[in-house]
Amino acid sequence: MIPRLDNSAQDRLRDLAPKVLGALLRRYRDFGGCEDAVQEALIAAAMQWPTQGVPDNPKAWLITVATRRLTDQIRSETARRLREQLVVSLIPADEQIALAADAAGVNERDETLDLYFMCCHPALSAASQVALTLRAVGGLATGEIARAFLVPEATMAQRLTRAKLTIKSAGAAFPELTPADRAARLPVVLKVLYLIFNEGYTASGGDQLYRVDLSTEAIRVARLLIRLLPDDPEVGGLLALMLLTDARRAARTGPNGELIPLDEQVRSSWDRARISEGERILQRALSWGTTGPYQIQAAIAALHDQAENSAATDWVEILSLYELLLRFNDSPMVRLSQAIALAMVDGPAAGLLALDDLAVDPRISTHHRLDAARAHLLERAGQHAEAIRYYRQAAQRTMSTPERNYLLLHAARLSDSLAGALCPPTT
Amino acid sequence: MKYMLMMNTPAGGPYQIASWPAQDIKAHIAFMMNFAKKLSAAGELVAAEGLSGPDEAKRVRADASGQPITDGVFPETKEFLAGYWIVDVESPERAYAIAAEASAAPGSGGKPLNLAIEVRQVMTGPPTDWTPDS
Repeated sequence: MIPRLDNSAQDRLRDLAPKVLGALLRRYRDFGGCEDAVQEALIAAAMQWPTQGVPDNPKAWLITVATRRLTDQIRSETARRLREQLVVSLIPADEQIALAADAAGVNERDETLDLYFMCCHPALSAASQVALTLRAVGGLATGEIARAFLVPEATMAQRLTRAKLTIKSAGAAFPELTPADRAARLPVVLKVLYLIFNEGYTASGGDQLYRVDLSTEAIRVARLLIRLLPDDPEVGGLLALMLLTDARRAARTGPNGELIPLDEQVRSSWDRARISEGERILQRALSWGTTGPYQIQAAIAALHDQAENSAATDWVEILSLYELLLRFNDSPMVRLSQAIALAMVDGPAAGLLALDDLAVDPRISTHHRLDAARAHLLERAGQHAEAIRYYRQAAQRTMSTPERNYLLLHAARLSDSLAGALCPPTT
Repeated sequence: MKYMLMMNTPAGGPYQIASWPAQDIKAHIAFMMNFAKKLSAAGELVAAEGLSGPDEAKRVRADASGQPITDGVFPETKEFLAGYWIVDVESPERAYAIAAEASAAPGSGGKPLNLAIEVRQVMTGPPTDWTPDS
């Protein structure tokens, strides 16, 4: 058997990926070429380190290998390209490394950070931003990303190649970003990390054993980001939100992948260490004031995590947090959550009235979530026949298999008990 | 989001490839190869398969002991699945655009077949934040 790096060594290796790429880019600027070279260096490390041992300075080792790969790559390319880059191949590899290592210092943080912004370039589609972030910042191999998204490796390779070409043609070699640029583009980076986190839940099928866990990966990359931006309240908010949500992971599905809603989860199986860590990060993020939607969503997740059960949950506080969230993000989905919180505070009738307002909003009027929420509140209001109708309608409209199964089963149980009530068994 | 694009063809309809002139068959095959290549290059292709013709199809049911009972071909079959694509795209509109391109595959005389392509979204796992109470 080929010796492999254990998981924590793999993570340490991947943590170095953005720093090594940042160092290469500082010198060579060519994003596509540098990115490929770093990938090859990571693969070489994964193959050599288990037998030869981890070098004393892993980062310098990776920079050396990646630089050699880059110069090899440049030598083997076309004559035009060769002429342009000749100066690079004439500098002996060792000297290049010395330069790169010496130059690392005050700017290293910004350069690593700029990689996040490069991968989330506005000219890219969301799917490309996600793939490129996982590869360049996350240090994942193309095959690993492909398996995580259940697409063929060739397709993912093309998506990455096209993403790099798009960046190149958008003229963003590796631009110097100002602090204002970075502030403006940070929300896109956060959104991409949150997309990756959510994808970890929704990807279905395939062999879990051989798939990188995207939610864990998103948390790892967010941890790297918070090291670069320790004082940004929304980076803290996002990491806290991920940890506070992920803490419930083991409890949210049954042995056959069936969905277990929050109010039915066995709360003792929630990950207390994740919850405390999430709360600590959230407290720190909130100490700068409430400045954005991730902090608020994390605060809502924390209130759920702290409660013994659904009845003991501080719904009044959750309701006011949703009202606050609407100021940052006035979306029908937030209004839907707000209506459900309102029903927990003022009863199902109040919630159903709020849902009536949403039913005329074309952005959500045919969404299965609206039907599911209505079904749930109708059930609580004792209108079981109507509830069954909406549970079934929601089941027809959802695109998630476990959610469809949950909704169908719920409708069937209600329907069975209605039938039982109408025709009591004769004994 | 992933979509399955199914090319359903009516029995006795325009997709009687065996009766086309060689040149039209060649053009059709080239179109299909190139179409899959383009989807792959766009980073959108998940799978593409053509299925053998309905003459080779069997219908299988379990008998009382769970053993297969195999039935032969059904000449009355009105429509059959000729092939499918699974694509991973950014929007339903993009899936429809791909379907329209497949629909216009050249047929007899090089004219577009304009077959109906059935587009269905592939189901996902659980949404991350699904709870009736939050």
